[in-house]
Amino acid sequence: MIMHPGVLALITGSLLTSAMILYAGWYGVRILRNWDLSSGSELQLALEKRTYLISTLLSYALGFELVSLFLFVFTADRLHLLFSGAMCAAGTLNANGFGYPLLILKLVNFLFAGIWLIVNHADNQGYDYPLIRFKYLLLVPLVPWSLLEFSYLFAYFSGLHADVITSCCGSLFSLERPGIAGDLVSLPVKPMRLAFFGTLGATLASGLFSWRSGKGFYPFSILSLATLLVSLASLVSFLCLYIYQLPSHHCPFCILQGEYHYLGYPIYATLLGGGLAGMGTGFLHPWRRRGSLQLVIPKLQRRLAGVAISLFALFLVIAAYQMVFSPFRLGE
Amino acid sequence: MTPSLQRHLNILDFALSSLWRRKGKNLSLLAVYTLIIFIIASIVFFTQALKREAGLVLQDAPDLVVQRMVAGRHDPIPVSYATAIAAIRGVSEVTPRYWGYYYDPVTGANFTLVAADDPQLKPEAIAIGSGVARTSRISIGDFLPLKDLKGSPVLFSVQKIFPSASELVAADLIQLRQEDFLRLFDFPSGRATDLAVSAGNPAELETIAAKIVHDFPDTRPILKSEMLRTYDSVFDWRSGLVLVVLAVAVLSFIIFAWDKATGLSAEEKKEIGILKSIGWETTDVLLLKSFEGIVISLSAFLAGVSLGYLHVFFFSVSLFEHALKGWSVLYPEFKLTPVIDPYLICLLFLLSVGPYIAATVVPSWLAATVDPDAAMRS
Repeated sequence: MIMHPGVLALITGSLLTSAMILYAGWYGVRILRNWDLSSGSELQLALEKRTYLISTLLSYALGFELVSLFLFVFTADRLHLLFSGAMCAAGTLNANGFGYPLLILKLVNFLFAGIWLIVNHADNQGYDYPLIRFKYLLLVPLVPWSLLEFSYLFAYFSGLHADVITSCCGSLFSLERPGIAGDLVSLPVKPMRLAFFGTLGATLASGLFSWRSGKGFYPFSILSLATLLVSLASLVSFLCLYIYQLPSHHCPFCILQGEYHYLGYPIYATLLGGGLAGMGTGFLHPWRRRGSLQLVIPKLQRRLAGVAISLFALFLVIAAYQMVFSPFRLGE
Repeated sequence: MTPSLQRHLNILDFALSSLWRRKGKNLSLLAVYTLIIFIIASIVFFTQALKREAGLVLQDAPDLVVQRMVAGRHDPIPVSYATAIAAIRGVSEVTPRYWGYYYDPVTGANFTLVAADDPQLKPEAIAIGSGVARTSRISIGDFLPLKDLKGSPVLFSVQKIFPSASELVAADLIQLRQEDFLRLFDFPSGRATDLAVSAGNPAELETIAAKIVHDFPDTRPILKSEMLRTYDSVFDWRSGLVLVVLAVAVLSFIIFAWDKATGLSAEEKKEIGILKSIGWETTDVLLLKSFEGIVISLSAFLAGVSLGYLHVFFFSVSLFEHALKGWSVLYPEFKLTPVIDPYLICLLFLLSVGPYIAATVVPSWLAATVDPDAAMRS
């Protein structure tokens, strides 16, 4: 176990959020089973009171979930100095088998948490708890995922051991240990480039259409998810090459380092934020005619679509700038 | 201004005035909270600064050091190894180094003696670090007696004192000529303390080290990167250990904060009851409570972090330097270079504000959902 303050913060934070989510999940199930707004029973009144607590708890917990993805990647990047052969977060994550599954878990939880917060925001605008069932239904899968995340986090960090000088002779070399440089598989460049600009263009067009007309949010949210996934793959496949100006360096983590002007942070922030806002519009769409939300949801959807378009556009500008102004050229 | 922003501002205004109305209770909470953050911030800043210093010191260290091991102990290495190691492909230079420690019974301090190839240094003359000058109370032109192996003192004249800027590296340093060093310690001929190896391409160092182990199984090569890694993890471990010990303090603070937040006075209860009966909603009261929490935790955070910063970089961590720095008769006096790392500030924020928020959510909710009639009647 490495006693780095970052590791301690992640473990404490994750423990607290899992506990909060577990508690919220327990009441979520009770609300799903017993919620009846027309009833004036004692149980119903208690549940109504309890929803305020749960939505506050979850806002904090899921807010932390959003921040902790970045904190986790940054901490992993910081820790790479402790492992021989690791150059950046890729090496740290590869140091034991829990690293990459944990990153994927955190990504999934990031999206879940973001969508839940959007739905919760919409629900709080209506006076008659309009989305309460949907909101707590959405919470159900979050409970096991966040518990899984905590156990993976704990297993990952407790399994990390720094490669330090040992008193025996030959320290590292006598062990003949291979380094833990993380090589990532990358997809072929040409089709990826086509897919990247295709999905991004289609998403922007569909987003603009939805933003102006207030229609077509389902295709837009699916396209947003597709853009997120395709862009992540494209980062590994060809975008990074332009940033590093090296034809063989596919690492998606080194761009987070100061040598590359911390370019990774705006890239991932715009991409994840855009994907989240875009997907959120689709999750709100089924409820746009519901009672007290009739006026709220269409406005919120258009605002989210606006946010998604601007973030994706910013991402496109960053990516295109790198590709056009980098002295590096990929051979055809 | 949008109505929603106006509403938030009004509630914030109300939160500030209600905090001020209960000065005694809130200021005591703020003081304890600030103290906790101050201690955590001092530790985190101090470790960070030490890591940085260690990195700077090691920057000029040789890429690779080869030591000879006999029965698991460090032993002088035959100089003949140097030629064989220099023949390994990729090695650009091998220099034998002569150094050792000298215990001075007069002051009770340990000096580090290094043979220098400085041509300006005269025979039987030494250059000393400012720490040595301070503990032995000598200056340029004075003599420093060092006992040789047979116990007879040899007088060395002080030719130079290293500037105090190099204190962290050179506090206990004594530089002397190689022949003086060999004579003083009656060093076995044809041997050196260790070998410093440099490579043209640093990426090849690991391969070179592996070859050295293969050719000379009685040696131990140590890479600069390994030293850096060891320092890093030792400092992390020290600060992490102190933080874990401090967890008890944080926990008791959380209980304290929980208690303060739960123990609503009758007056406060009545106040919330009145607010709700004149039309405040549960969400408004919750917002009020969370604004109160935000004001307290942000003030404590800013005050604690600033105090910690001053403590570490301007008062040299006077409160607990011995726990973190280690101790010795001849300890370098140094000021740490102030650095602010945004990552550490974020970490401190999460480590200190997170638990406080977690502790006050439930009490705020209990306060906000109180029934107006019950509250006013009590």
